[in-house]
Amino acid sequence: MDSTNAVDAAKEDLDRYTREMVQWHFSSETGSPYWLDWAKEAGWNPAEEVKAFEDLMRFENFDDEVLRDTDPARFIPAAFGDRPYNIFETGGTTGMPKQRIGWEDYKVDYSEFSDYYTDDFFPKGENWLMVGPTGPRRLRLAIEHLANRRGGACYFIDLDPRWVKRLIRDGEYDMARKYKEHVAEQAITIMKGRKIGCMFTTPTILESLAERISIPGAGIKGVFVGGTTMTPQYVRFLTEEVLEGKVNFAPTYGNTLMGLAISRPLTAEDNYSLTYYAPQPRAILRIVNPKDSTQGVEYDEYGRVELSTMTKEFFMPRFLERDEAIRRQPCERFPWDGVGDVRPFESTTKKVIEGVY
Amino acid sequence: MEEKISHIPVLRFGEAYRSLDTNDLGNVLRSGVRLEVSVANAGIIRRDKLSIEKGRSALRAIPADTLLDYAEKAAELYLDGELPFGMDGETQSVGDYVAALSELTGLPHSLCRSNMFKVAAALQNIRAVLTGLTRGLPPELFDKGCARLGDIDMNFYPIADSLGVTLPSNSPGVNSLWLPALVMKTPVFLKPGREDPLTPYRIIQAMIAAGFPKEAFGFYPTTHEGGDAILLSCGRGIVFGSDATVKKYSGYSNIQVHGSGRSKVLIGDDMAEDWESHLDVMVESVSANGGRSCINASSVMVPSHFDEISNAMAKKMAAIEPRARAEEDALICGFANADFAKAMDEAIDDALKTPGAVDLTAKYRNGPRLVEKYGQTFLCPTLIACSDPDHPLANTEYMFPFVSVVERPQSEMLAAIGSTLVVSAVTESEEWMSDLMASPDIDRLNLGSVPTNWVQWEQPHEGNLFEFLYRRRAIQSKTRRIA
Repeated sequence: MDSTNAVDAAKEDLDRYTREMVQWHFSSETGSPYWLDWAKEAGWNPAEEVKAFEDLMRFENFDDEVLRDTDPARFIPAAFGDRPYNIFETGGTTGMPKQRIGWEDYKVDYSEFSDYYTDDFFPKGENWLMVGPTGPRRLRLAIEHLANRRGGACYFIDLDPRWVKRLIRDGEYDMARKYKEHVAEQAITIMKGRKIGCMFTTPTILESLAERISIPGAGIKGVFVGGTTMTPQYVRFLTEEVLEGKVNFAPTYGNTLMGLAISRPLTAEDNYSLTYYAPQPRAILRIVNPKDSTQGVEYDEYGRVELSTMTKEFFMPRFLERDEAIRRQPCERFPWDGVGDVRPFESTTKKVIEGVY
Repeated sequence: MEEKISHIPVLRFGEAYRSLDTNDLGNVLRSGVRLEVSVANAGIIRRDKLSIEKGRSALRAIPADTLLDYAEKAAELYLDGELPFGMDGETQSVGDYVAALSELTGLPHSLCRSNMFKVAAALQNIRAVLTGLTRGLPPELFDKGCARLGDIDMNFYPIADSLGVTLPSNSPGVNSLWLPALVMKTPVFLKPGREDPLTPYRIIQAMIAAGFPKEAFGFYPTTHEGGDAILLSCGRGIVFGSDATVKKYSGYSNIQVHGSGRSKVLIGDDMAEDWESHLDVMVESVSANGGRSCINASSVMVPSHFDEISNAMAKKMAAIEPRARAEEDALICGFANADFAKAMDEAIDDALKTPGAVDLTAKYRNGPRLVEKYGQTFLCPTLIACSDPDHPLANTEYMFPFVSVVERPQSEMLAAIGSTLVVSAVTESEEWMSDLMASPDIDRLNLGSVPTNWVQWEQPHEGNLFEFLYRRRAIQSKTRRIA
């Protein structure tokens, strides 16, 4: 199949999948109270009228405040009946947290992520260390699932992003630095005292670890990071210096609402500029015109990141992320649009607290 | 065809490193070629700091006296040399340097050159500078760690493995501050100001060409986070900035913060009658170097003759008009960022709505304060006569020749000055001089009819760098002579 056909086929799959998911969430047998009530007020019936992904443009941008204000149980699809569920919270928010429910989605996402990488990229059977936000986050279970799926166990060091944000907001930079040291020191204790082969962490913590020990020297073969903006220079620095050019490196873009977007392997032409691909069709990333989010931007132009998540467990159409990115062409492995050089939305004009954890 | 670009790299232990993050500085070079500068990510700085021993051992291997010779030679190279510039074997003549510096900072060529001579003089006079800082200890102190002064052995040890400096862009002469660190065998990590990467880069190239080991130099054009990395990871840090910067770093004893200078000329009771003899000193204090320095006076306090002094100064200041940057008699600077100039102009006008102050220069000046001329935006010299000594403009500093004149009894002046970088006290009263010398609010005290911007090489400027980098410890021996 040539690439045009692959792109067309992916689009057809997405349209078919969109119809299925919308019918699932907007039918009284399977759908959730939240979306069924929404449809009553909206005055149109998505179950009948959504035929393709483009038809989601009839939805307004999803307001994530709903995830703060609404009892998460209202999002339980009827089809799930009384099955116990997980409640996951998003990262660094303060006040009433944003919550989403879930059952198996994180396993699906992280099994797919695992299958993308070869056996030796994150060597099978090796133990993992996660240094990052655990607590009520999906990521904590997801990384453990990933480790287990690849035949290893997972150690954890917690990092509380809400505390870090508060320290920075209050100008307690010294305390924030001490907290980072506290996290790094705990991680190094585990790395020295147990046999660890793979890691998940944030780029900043990774840097901090490498200021204390050699990452490949500690036996780490593969590192998976996510969390903050990574400019091409930063990616180069992490690859060449922090990982000493000796450790497999998997940068990702993701969150509790999306799952995770994999970055395609870097080539010399990329010059360290990352491009991520959403786990389509379960999640779809569009790069849109900030003034009219129904309109996409041209390839190679910056726009705001819009996320739609559609699984049987969770439906969230057209949520505008607090990020902007470059719209990139589909590639062979991922025949749909990619998002490149993600950075906080309007970060060139506004001050954004980011990158400390 | 691909556009040719000159690129100023990061220097990591003297080695050029081209970052993928860059700042475009525009077509500022005489050649018409665009100039861009590498931007180091903060992690690079923290990582390099882990290898600082490289820089220290390279400096330790050279006798301090030889380093002093190198510094003197570096002065010549900085003034006249064709020095490495950019990534592709390019070089920079002094003419190229002055022209580009003027384009970037708005300083006219004449002031670029006077700043250049100030830096060069700090290198040429490095022995006097060091003598002043160490109060006459011989340079071998930095080779052996000890020296003998009279009958007393003295042992000093370095308390900083490196000196990190985040530099401003307003006045290239400020670079003279970090130079002595190298002869004190302390490597430097420098963050240049956004509009002036040229000066520290050229000084470093001159020093390396003169013989200094390249490993002693870190040059990191970088972000705010990178600036923090420099200040927090180096053993000692110096930062220039606003009052907000002062507040931010006030809790760090290893960081010396240089905020607004708020330098002042104080006229004593004994000299007030004869004020006309000191008029030029007052005007020079305000307007030298385009009013860009923290050692420029932003306030003049007089015990009497308020109207005469204010008007005479205003008249002289108003005569200083914008000129094209290349003209020899150009004395005031354009602003690299025109919006910045407009904001200052508006802030002054806003403050003047509060009664008790008047812009006296307005009546002597030909036109408004803000002038667009010769392709630049200028703020013309401004004197605010404050009949209310507590007016908001009475102790405010701006980055152009701007001064307030305030009348206060001499007996009240010291209580009113607040934290002040330089005070030029025009007096011969021994009693008042004693009071002045006891004031904790004055960083540098000039006595007599001396402009605030006057530099005497034997005197420390903005804190004693030797005391900042070295500490004395007690040392004694029964059996041997130590130094």
